[in-house]
Amino acid sequence: MTKTKTIVALALAAMFAVSVAPAFAQEHAQPSPPRVKWSFAGPFGKYDEAQLQRGFKIYKEVCATCHSLEMLSFGNLADAGGPGYSPEQAAAVAADYKVKDFDDKGQAIERAGRPADHFPSPFPNDAAAAANYGVAPPDMSTLAKARTYSRGFPWFVFDMFTQYQEQGPDYIAALLKGYVDAPKDFKLPQGANYNEYFPGHIIAMPPPLQAGQVTFDDGSPQTLEQYSKDVSAFLMWASEPHMTARKRLGFQVMIFLIVLTGLLYFTKKKVWSAVH
Amino acid sequence: MSGNSTYQPQSKVLQWFEKRLPIGGLMHSSFVAYPTPRNLNYWWTFGGILSFMLGVQIITGIVLAMHYTPHVDLAFKSVETIMRDVNFGWLIRYSHAYGASMFFFAVYIHMFRGLYYGSYKEPREVLWILGVIIYLLMMATGFMGYVLVWGQMSFWAATVITNLFSAIPGIGETLVAWLWGGYAVGNPTLNRFFSLHYLLPFVIAGVVILHVWALHVCGQNNPAGIEPKSDKDSVPFTPFATSKDAFGIACFLILYAWFVFYIPGYLLNGDNYIPANPSVTPAEIVPEWYYLPFYAILRSIPNKLMGVMALFGSIGILAFLPWLDTSRVRSARYRPVFRQFFWLFVIACIGLGWLGTKPPEGVYVVLSRLLTFYYFAFFIIVLPLLGIFEKTKPLPNSISESVLGAKA
Amino acid sequence: MTTVSSAEHTRRDFLYIATAAVGAVGAAAVLVPLVAQMNPDASTIAAGAPIEVDLAPIADGQIIKVFWRSKPIFISHRSKAEIAAAQKVALNELPDPEPDADRVKQGHDQWLVVIGICTHLGCIPLAHQGEYDGWFCPCHGSQYDTAGRIRKGPAPKNLPLPPYKFVSDTKIQIG
Repeated sequence: MTKTKTIVALALAAMFAVSVAPAFAQEHAQPSPPRVKWSFAGPFGKYDEAQLQRGFKIYKEVCATCHSLEMLSFGNLADAGGPGYSPEQAAAVAADYKVKDFDDKGQAIERAGRPADHFPSPFPNDAAAAANYGVAPPDMSTLAKARTYSRGFPWFVFDMFTQYQEQGPDYIAALLKGYVDAPKDFKLPQGANYNEYFPGHIIAMPPPLQAGQVTFDDGSPQTLEQYSKDVSAFLMWASEPHMTARKRLGFQVMIFLIVLTGLLYFTKKKVWSAVH
Repeated sequence: MSGNSTYQPQSKVLQWFEKRLPIGGLMHSSFVAYPTPRNLNYWWTFGGILSFMLGVQIITGIVLAMHYTPHVDLAFKSVETIMRDVNFGWLIRYSHAYGASMFFFAVYIHMFRGLYYGSYKEPREVLWILGVIIYLLMMATGFMGYVLVWGQMSFWAATVITNLFSAIPGIGETLVAWLWGGYAVGNPTLNRFFSLHYLLPFVIAGVVILHVWALHVCGQNNPAGIEPKSDKDSVPFTPFATSKDAFGIACFLILYAWFVFYIPGYLLNGDNYIPANPSVTPAEIVPEWYYLPFYAILRSIPNKLMGVMALFGSIGILAFLPWLDTSRVRSARYRPVFRQFFWLFVIACIGLGWLGTKPPEGVYVVLSRLLTFYYFAFFIIVLPLLGIFEKTKPLPNSISESVLGAKA
Repeated sequence: MTTVSSAEHTRRDFLYIATAAVGAVGAAAVLVPLVAQMNPDASTIAAGAPIEVDLAPIADGQIIKVFWRSKPIFISHRSKAEIAAAQKVALNELPDPEPDADRVKQGHDQWLVVIGICTHLGCIPLAHQGEYDGWFCPCHGSQYDTAGRIRKGPAPKNLPLPPYKFVSDTKIQIG
């Protein structure tokens, strides 16, 4: 057995060495986004209602100019585990939007939104959306789950135990703050922008947020730092609206399974005591 | 399914029924009175775990099909509707998505266990081959299920995998056209994949029944790798194996629940949260983790036809394992040299899996080729030769001796 | 095994019963999501919110059909004759006795709002047809009067009334 163990250990060591070596050799790689302390991280994480409300305000006043949020309805704003708006507030938000519909005679009209309506797209079609910067701004409904980044070995092993699941919002928050001047030797195409965290660094979207751009009513600092966090948290909720319920149920299921497993263990022991 | 049962129902009604359809006796002889070797360890609970996972996948799958729409314009949206609007939809969808991973995780342990203890050897060749067929069906089912989400990774995985078949000389193009139902992966592809994804699990269930049947004809292998000789060597399936399997399943469920409730993003590729876009290929196309070793084998060979042949050969070769392994001793416990090659093989598989996530360039290609060579050499060179040259340890006289001897 | 004391026996039995009970609770709990998913989902419920209907364009004697919660709703602007016909029927002539006053909102006698689904087997009855000039169901011949009450045929009940209220004299909210 000792021989076997040595072989396994050697092989694992070799694998580790090979996996780490290229990481140092890579050029022009973007840095890993810094970790943000999120209220929704960990097994008991919950969304911060005030933060989601601020994030929604940013989405509505800034992002919504170009980015759709088509999987969400206005009514979702009042859902449990979300930004904590009342159904009346959600209806009021809906009423502020103009939604395309048809009247009784089949004529296209615009009417005030209702809670069941989904957020309207800012562009009539993909081609129109792509007209400004060459690429269509992505829909934001699942953005926080789509924009992950590879953690690499050995971090992805640890992530299984530490439950690190916030790559998406970490990345988005970093990206929003990641607009810096391009290095001198970097060839930036005409009209493009340089971003530290964007894969390949060349991003079509100009810096979307500036300090003071959105007014907060709750006294939170109106800084780029705060904006980027708040809107990332909002997008995480938009992507995973049932996360709070999921973690709460998960805890109950875990407790139950541990009790059941314990009982089954003793049952098994008792049964097998007859033959041992 | 063998004649170990003396089952006689108590009630008159059941006796009446039993006379006409002896299903009670069949169940009793298969899952109660059926003798199992008393020395089975926890690696043997994975058979039960796999049956359980097949049940989970079928039930959650049927439920998901009630809400899913197989149409290119609606598939992604309907999955999101399941995640957002359907009551407990997020739970059912994550359970199904991670159920696939847990299913493959369990099947790999099950297969490596069979390999380690020589469970494929005479008289269990048919049992093993049925297992290989189940595994192939699982791969097809898992792949088609992944496509149904119709995200970017779904679409491009479908494109890449269906293109594999174009490598087959002569009929390749025709075959691919049948898979696509069009000039490229599109709505007809999605529709037929949905149909097949719903069908195949029931085919798997059918082959599982054959697998269990074959198992019950020749009995289970065991860690000692010798056949039970007396009543002292075995214990009845119920309550002994049932209680052990139940405990194994419960432990497995804790792991499963950990993924579903706490880290559901862990294995799901972010690109699959972007709706399928036939005009943009993602920067990296990475299959689900359970296909990675085969993906690495495919990419390690620079020729299209040879690569595809290596890919299918790496799975197909498993069916010939009972005849490639020439040793008469089953269990690796008594095969010191085989044991080392076995662990190297495990490491090679894990290594290939890791290489499957890496770009096919530089040192990764060299490593992939090295490990691919070892993968095939293990079957074609190592196993046939070991049977001739390996000096095995003496086998115990009986199962009960191996158990009690270990205790003393 | 032959000399198991009774105390040990009880303890063992308790363990088995406890394990089986906890397992059964788990199995029952699994049924909750599997059954709950069959209920209407959140988007369906949201889409079933109350709707408003403007009555002004409906001419005297005209019946319109609107949809609420995927059900057809008949809104009948009843003429004087139709109201009179509905009011003068003796209750004991009706299979499902209900005075006309209970079928409309007080002070809005001319407006009849009913769910347009035949109470027999769910077909949609045709307006202004049949012996009573109310509704006639083409599937199995049920006949309804101008108050939407069943008069003849296999249907057991009157056409049901949806929840609705008058927001103003010419506007109702259904739901």
